[in-house]
Amino acid sequence: MAATHDGYYLPHGTKWPIMGSIGLSLLLTGFALKLNGSAVGSTTMIIGVLVVAAMMFLWFGEVISESESGSYNKQVDHSFRWAMGWFIFSEVMFFAAFFGALFYARVYSVPWLGGEGAGGISTNPVLWPNFEAVWPTNGPGDIGGAFEAMPAWGIPALNTIILLSSGVTVTFAHWAILRNRRPQFVLWLLATVGLGFLFVGLQAYEYIHAYSEMNLRLTTGVYGSTFYMLTGFHGAHVTIGAIMLSVMTWRAMKGHFSAENHFGFEAAAWYWHFVDVVWLGLFIFVYWL
Amino acid sequence: MSTATTHDEHHEHHDHGPEPGLLRWVFTTNHKDIGTLYLLFALLMFFVGGALAMGIRLELFQPGLQFLDPHRFNQFTTMHALIMIFGAVMPAFVGFANWQIPIMIGAPDMALPRLNNWSFWILPFAFTLLIATFFMPGGAPAGGWTMYPPLVLQGGANVPFLIFAVHLMGISSVLGAINIIVTIFNMRAPGMSLLKMPLFVWTWLITAYLLVAAMPVLAGAVTMLLTDKFFGTAFFNAAGGGDPVMFQHVFWFFGHPEVYIMILPAFGIISQIIPTFCRKPLFGYESMVYATASIAFLSFVVWAHHMFTVGMPLSGELFFMYTTLLIAVPTGVKVFNWVSTMWRGSMSFETPMLWAISFVVLFTIGGFSGLMLAIVPADFQYHDTYFVVAHFHYVLVTGAVFAIIAGAYYWLPKWTGHMYNETLGKWHFWLSAISVNVLFFPQHFLGLAGMPRRIPDYAIQFADWNWVSSVGGFVFGISQLLFVYIVFSTIRGGEKATNRVWEGAHGLEWSLSSPPGYHTFATPPQVSDAEAHS
Amino acid sequence: MYFTRLSRLLVGALLAATGSSAFAAFSDLNMPLGVTPISREAYELHMLILIICVVIGIIVFGVMFISMLKHRKSLGHEPAQFHHSTKAEIVWTVLPCVILVAMAVPATNALINMEDTSESDLTIKVTAYQWKWKYEYLEDGVTFYSNLAPSSRQAIYEDPRAVDNYLRNVDERVVLPVGKKVRVLLTSDDVIHAWWVPSLGMKKDAIPGFINELWIKIDEDKTGLYRGQCAELCGKDHGFMPIVVEARNEEGYKMWVAERKAAMASKKVAANEAKKPLEAAPEEQAAVVTHASDLVQPSIVAAARSEKSGGL
Ligand code: HEA
Ligand code: HEA
Ligand code: CUA
Ligand SMILES: [Cu+2]
Repeated sequence: MAATHDGYYLPHGTKWPIMGSIGLSLLLTGFALKLNGSAVGSTTMIIGVLVVAAMMFLWFGEVISESESGSYNKQVDHSFRWAMGWFIFSEVMFFAAFFGALFYARVYSVPWLGGEGAGGISTNPVLWPNFEAVWPTNGPGDIGGAFEAMPAWGIPALNTIILLSSGVTVTFAHWAILRNRRPQFVLWLLATVGLGFLFVGLQAYEYIHAYSEMNLRLTTGVYGSTFYMLTGFHGAHVTIGAIMLSVMTWRAMKGHFSAENHFGFEAAAWYWHFVDVVWLGLFIFVYWL
Repeated sequence: MSTATTHDEHHEHHDHGPEPGLLRWVFTTNHKDIGTLYLLFALLMFFVGGALAMGIRLELFQPGLQFLDPHRFNQFTTMHALIMIFGAVMPAFVGFANWQIPIMIGAPDMALPRLNNWSFWILPFAFTLLIATFFMPGGAPAGGWTMYPPLVLQGGANVPFLIFAVHLMGISSVLGAINIIVTIFNMRAPGMSLLKMPLFVWTWLITAYLLVAAMPVLAGAVTMLLTDKFFGTAFFNAAGGGDPVMFQHVFWFFGHPEVYIMILPAFGIISQIIPTFCRKPLFGYESMVYATASIAFLSFVVWAHHMFTVGMPLSGELFFMYTTLLIAVPTGVKVFNWVSTMWRGSMSFETPMLWAISFVVLFTIGGFSGLMLAIVPADFQYHDTYFVVAHFHYVLVTGAVFAIIAGAYYWLPKWTGHMYNETLGKWHFWLSAISVNVLFFPQHFLGLAGMPRRIPDYAIQFADWNWVSSVGGFVFGISQLLFVYIVFSTIRGGEKATNRVWEGAHGLEWSLSSPPGYHTFATPPQVSDAEAHS
Repeated sequence: MYFTRLSRLLVGALLAATGSSAFAAFSDLNMPLGVTPISREAYELHMLILIICVVIGIIVFGVMFISMLKHRKSLGHEPAQFHHSTKAEIVWTVLPCVILVAMAVPATNALINMEDTSESDLTIKVTAYQWKWKYEYLEDGVTFYSNLAPSSRQAIYEDPRAVDNYLRNVDERVVLPVGKKVRVLLTSDDVIHAWWVPSLGMKKDAIPGFINELWIKIDEDKTGLYRGQCAELCGKDHGFMPIVVEARNEEGYKMWVAERKAAMASKKVAANEAKKPLEAAPEEQAAVVTHASDLVQPSIVAAARSEKSGGL
């Protein structure tokens, strides 16, 4: 248990941030070089990824050992809570940009191209006379060719059930640690992680199917773009969340966390719920409606 | 002022000064060090961005092309804006936040000191990526700081670097903003209730919220640019069912809050300075807080006033016109409160106050032209002309930058322990205040006469005022060298500053020694109930 | 040389400031009064708000300067200690709201009028390119491109003052009849541009893949030349994309259409012989249409569309 003391914990000097900056810059420079067709791009990128990964490992490792050794008091714990909450809010806004794009395409640009509304009255007859606005669409230029839309009531519905159940299991895990029942805690965590990776696996299967059988690709006009960018970023977040929860499982098995002190786990759980809620938005607006 | 400060009773654990050597600056977790880094970085970027502005003014000095070819000119304009906004003004305000917020609310440091270091140390890398584009084939981005597709996608090698630099700046801002919010909510000394916080802290709290809400949207917008260019998505391509205007909506959903991100902390600084030199409490403290909050709220529902000419539905144009006009109300409240603070005060006119007064006048002029721009039928004439350029330089240069300079003079004695040279400060002020109006006021005339922005060369009827504007620009630019001289000579030495520094100053920071100890409050000070915000 | 220019400017500014009868000097500093009803509405709104802002400015800055003069420490003025007044704060919240409503009402009316492109007499389609304009008269079947005049282009690196209308001159003018409501359809082939002639009072973006509309009705008695230029950053030569509108009376306009048609016909013959340059293709198809719904002329559209999918 953390020994509370008066002073706010202030770390002296730290090497991790500068390491993170160098890693991020290598990663992004490498990516940019790769996109520009340079041969060194991929290598630079991989080095960057490794540096960032190492940095996170070391940085979080230090925080974890400080936490376990009781350097933090209640106030520090609060800081972490506030920070995680606002970080998740920033992620919500990141998704909002893509949801906004989807909304704009469906409510404005596609109907205009099809002749509805103020913008469409002359756009359609003059530029795209044979185009009818229906969603999903790959646009009047038929970009990417004929495709099939992704139905909601197959894998996506299954995935909804999986993700919602994982939200329940992670809450059970929370209850378990609040009662200091470590074995149950670990089990519920394992279940959550398992459901998370199951979700990712099914999503990957869905993508492969879409690419190979449905001709639904990232390049399938605005439908393909919004579909893959939204579900893709979501899938990436599920993966990150599942990794976070895996780390928490491993820590739980090592004997970390107590009924009073388990914010690391809670942060991962918050993140997991956020990913869950975003999925509901996706299911409704991308797959269903 | 009855503040018990215990900053000399250090907890043994924290009892250390700065680490020796230059690496101190790289590894530091101290809010004062990081604040200094932010401020110096901002100053450097102000000069890089300013040098580009001098290039722009040089080319526009007379008709015809003399110094820059058109493509290079567009690169200068684009990079000037990106560097000034993301490299100079925003980091300068974060620097103020780092230095001031902990010592104004009685906190030992920022809430998350390691993260604080990272927020800063992303920036030099981001700007290296951005500025490196000047040396790439095809040069720097030239599509304007607004990065509208499809034009920006014609950029060539610079496109991914521009986008990733923006991503990095976004990460830096969001992490920095989270830290500020957490510090303000969680680290206040006992007795420092929210409605006792100095206004600078309040305005930063609200600004930080705007940053967390707006920057990720920009990241999303540029991510879509990236995939449209390199991965075949069709967000901004009509043939695929997208729309180039969609980018503008997403961009300005970020972009308008962004302009308030650059002015709310300025309002905060001015609200600290004016009461001090009027020796009178700030008028309408609470209404200032509510006005700031309303501005922040409204800033999310006005974005399309930058896009009145894109062909929105009539109802959209009306909606965005009305909401934009509304922002004048809370902003007016601020201006009236400042003027009422001066009314029947006991004023003196030291350098920070001179800058603050000119801020109030010149920012208001910029606000008025903003209001004119909000009137859609008139904006059809103003849009994308120098009238807009004049508007935003009044709010950005004589608004944001003047407030930054005012704040620098105001707190420099506290930070360095030395008084700056008052005579030189006044010279700096008068030279700048006069030349900046010679620089930007005639741009209103140019815009009204029909000169579009973002052009390297112009019709002969615009020659006279461009010439005047350029002369003003050169004088203004050179005057800023004086500022650098004053700042660095103040850091190096000068008359010792007292703790309070200014006769009329109130607030926790003035109870500390000048300069304050490396770690300020190891145990929180008690802020008495009688302590009024300042 | 600079000195004379400077003195002319100073005199102009002075006259303007003193509000004397030097209207010529003043008009250099203000928005020009255009030649269409729309541009006059914009001008009137501009003046209304300018004056309101100036008055508010004088009051606010006036109060400020009075306290700066009288309430200073060096005069021994003791600071009052008041720090709020609910009454005053209500007044300066409500009063601006009222003023804003007074601005918004005429602005709303003007805007509704401006956006109404119905019942037009004539439609022209303007397509922007990097860096030139293409004009198609949909009813009269005239099509041409308009570029920066060669004289201006040559003067860029030499002596801009030596040529007429430097950067505001074109090789082919847009000719419009006065007194007719002209509907302009705007689009672009590559990036976003904006079509703007200040005296006509309307600016609209030309967006690839979309059509924007505006309308112009030049006053009956205002024949003449009106100059403007592209107003949205569109790349390297954005500053070199002028627009010149020549307003003619009805007969003048008809004569011009006839001339252009004859010229196009002979050019077409020449082009057919010389194995057809690419640009001639859409022009051949130009057909007479009157209303939006009639614009569905498969041939024009097919051409526009193939341009589109190619260009994007
Ligand atoms: C710090 C930055 C800042 C600030 C504070 C503002 C403040 C405002 N801006 Fe500005 N603006 C920019 C930065 C800023 N702007 C930038 C950078 C651009 C161009 C971007 C680009 O295209 O590159 C721009 C462009 C811009 C446009 C688009 C123009 C165009 O491209 O066509 C518009 C249109 O509505 C606008 C409006 C306003 C308004 C109404 C305010 C209001 O907030 C002003 C409110 C203040 C006052 C009104 C004065 C004080 C009030 C009183 C004394 C009360 C009484 C007054 C009355 C009731 C009249 N701005
Ligand atoms: C905070 C933001 C900020 C700041 C501080 C400034 C400051 C200045 N700006 Fe900028 N500007 C923008 C934001 C800003 N600007 C934006 C957003 C745009 C729009 C871009 C776009 O269209 O995409 C723009 C565009 C813009 C234009 C229009 C360009 C165009 O449309 O093509 C012009 C033209 O005059 C201009 C001029 C200046 C000048 C002279 C200064 C001066 O205040 C600068 C003064 C500072 C210095 C000069 C540095 C210090 C001195 C030296 C370097 C020493 C050397 C001195 C000499 C050689 C004399 N700016
Ligand atoms: Cu075409 Cu600018
Ligand atoms: Cu705005």
